[in-house]
Amino acid sequence: MEHRSLLEWRESLRRREISAQELVEYYLERIRRLDPQIKAYLTVCEEEARRQAREADRRLSAGEELPLLGVPLAIKDNICTRGVRTTCASRILENFVPPYDATVIERLKAAGAILLGKTNLDEFAMGSSTENSAFFPTRNPWDIERVPGGSSGGSAAAVAADLCAGALGSDTGGSIRQPASFCGVVGFKPTYGRVSRYGLVAFASSLDQIGPLTRTVADTALLLQVIGGPDERDTTSWPEPQPDYLAELEKPLSSLRLGIPKEAFGEGLSPEVRRVLEEALREAEKLGHEIREVSLPHLEYALPAYYIIAPAEASSNLARYDGVKYGFRAPGRDLIDMYKKTRSQGFGAEVKRRIMLGTYALSAGYYEAFYRKASQVRTLIIRDFEEAFRQADLILMPASPTPAFRLGEKTDDPLKMYLSDIYTIPVNMAGLPGLSLPVGFTENRLPVNLQVIGPQLADALVLAFGRALEAALTLDLKPPLE
Amino acid sequence: MAISKEEVQHVAHLARLEFSEEDLERFTRELSGILEYMAKLSEVDTSGVEPTYNALRLENRFREDQVRPSFPPEEILSNAPEREGSSFVVPRVIRS
Repeated sequence: MEHRSLLEWRESLRRREISAQELVEYYLERIRRLDPQIKAYLTVCEEEARRQAREADRRLSAGEELPLLGVPLAIKDNICTRGVRTTCASRILENFVPPYDATVIERLKAAGAILLGKTNLDEFAMGSSTENSAFFPTRNPWDIERVPGGSSGGSAAAVAADLCAGALGSDTGGSIRQPASFCGVVGFKPTYGRVSRYGLVAFASSLDQIGPLTRTVADTALLLQVIGGPDERDTTSWPEPQPDYLAELEKPLSSLRLGIPKEAFGEGLSPEVRRVLEEALREAEKLGHEIREVSLPHLEYALPAYYIIAPAEASSNLARYDGVKYGFRAPGRDLIDMYKKTRSQGFGAEVKRRIMLGTYALSAGYYEAFYRKASQVRTLIIRDFEEAFRQADLILMPASPTPAFRLGEKTDDPLKMYLSDIYTIPVNMAGLPGLSLPVGFTENRLPVNLQVIGPQLADALVLAFGRALEAALTLDLKPPLE
Repeated sequence: MAISKEEVQHVAHLARLEFSEEDLERFTRELSGILEYMAKLSEVDTSGVEPTYNALRLENRFREDQVRPSFPPEEILSNAPEREGSSFVVPRVIRS
């Protein structure tokens, strides 16, 4: 019964082949047995999950048919959960218990989902390996000497190791799609604004987006259906209602023009990843789609522009951690000294590095040269995509330049770590939907994902293509854990 | 583009952070390296290009100002590192 999809569990629950309580016990047992190795969870809500399961069983017996009734999910620990510690994997929020649920949590609960626990991440979602967690690094279920990617590494590892039926992560520059690739699971960053950010602890507000990590594309469609849609508590949420994603997946797919940006398959891409992706492209051709070359001339500038814009927004967003309203406080001589000691002891090295970068880029004399310049380059990146989407319906490129790397391999060189997100960052800059889809393995049996990118609000088309390719490939995505 | 130790110290003060001498050296070195990489952006001709601050180019959205229930003070104060009654306590700001 291992590694079943969320939709399969839902079917079994509805048919009463398994109870929600049995399903929760199945996952709690796996977490007890396997998570001491993987370390995907920061908090496991054992008692609360059992209580919710009893409630779900009562409702299932009464014949209720909510979209996620009785399905246990894991949530990245930067999404606020009422009454459940939400740490952002930071010392500064180690004991923070939110008095409210994020919109996505409210919607999951209303749909009957069970909150199994909160997953590890790079502190404040800043990182690409989950090694920046203030508590402990998470391990990759395919090879525990390797990182699961980041920053949603805990959610990706939990799905890959079957420690939950599905999970939520957040993606500012690739934090869902890159770990999905390292762990061989489906990860989706929706169009910016598709999912409410209310209750997501802010990192870079113009780039942050919550999305699903699951075992199948259909599971992602189901979760997105529940968590997405307009929310008046987030003024950047897209005001129009969502399409019926699962219904869209069922419709026959016409022949698509698939754009391959030549800049994304050049230098910097590992030969092994290239080989796997090229095989996947041939498979897509066999499905009747047309492959054509497109160009994203400013691709190489996305990373430097991102590392100005994201830290700039972060330096402003993280100003709220001042030791007054919530979180950790260090004693100080006076107010300013208390601020400085609290923040210097409460934040880890990468968070401080980004606050420093951002503060510098926004400071007098540098604003024009850095922040404004980066925001102009952002416009050029958006135009590149607009031009490419005149010639192609979808754009396909790598989700990550390499397969999962070893723990400690990149921790000494921040720039080297940043390069891990080179193919995912442009998608956040342009607010586009991006799917990270398992398409094969390296010779050492490390998973490799393909990234499928659509125009703004074309989330349904991206998922429909992903579903078709997934069905054609029929990969065995069970890591060798047991 | 190199950044000096003094500049790093100034930026740290603006960001309400402080560093040991050793960390200051390391941050100066790292930030200089990162900023050098950022200088790549100067290769791009952006004359006449409007900056983008939100990819969806959303406009302001307004709603009626309505009175709604807000959080009870007790819940909001429950995470405070130090409190007294219904107030957050901070170190003295004004000298007596």
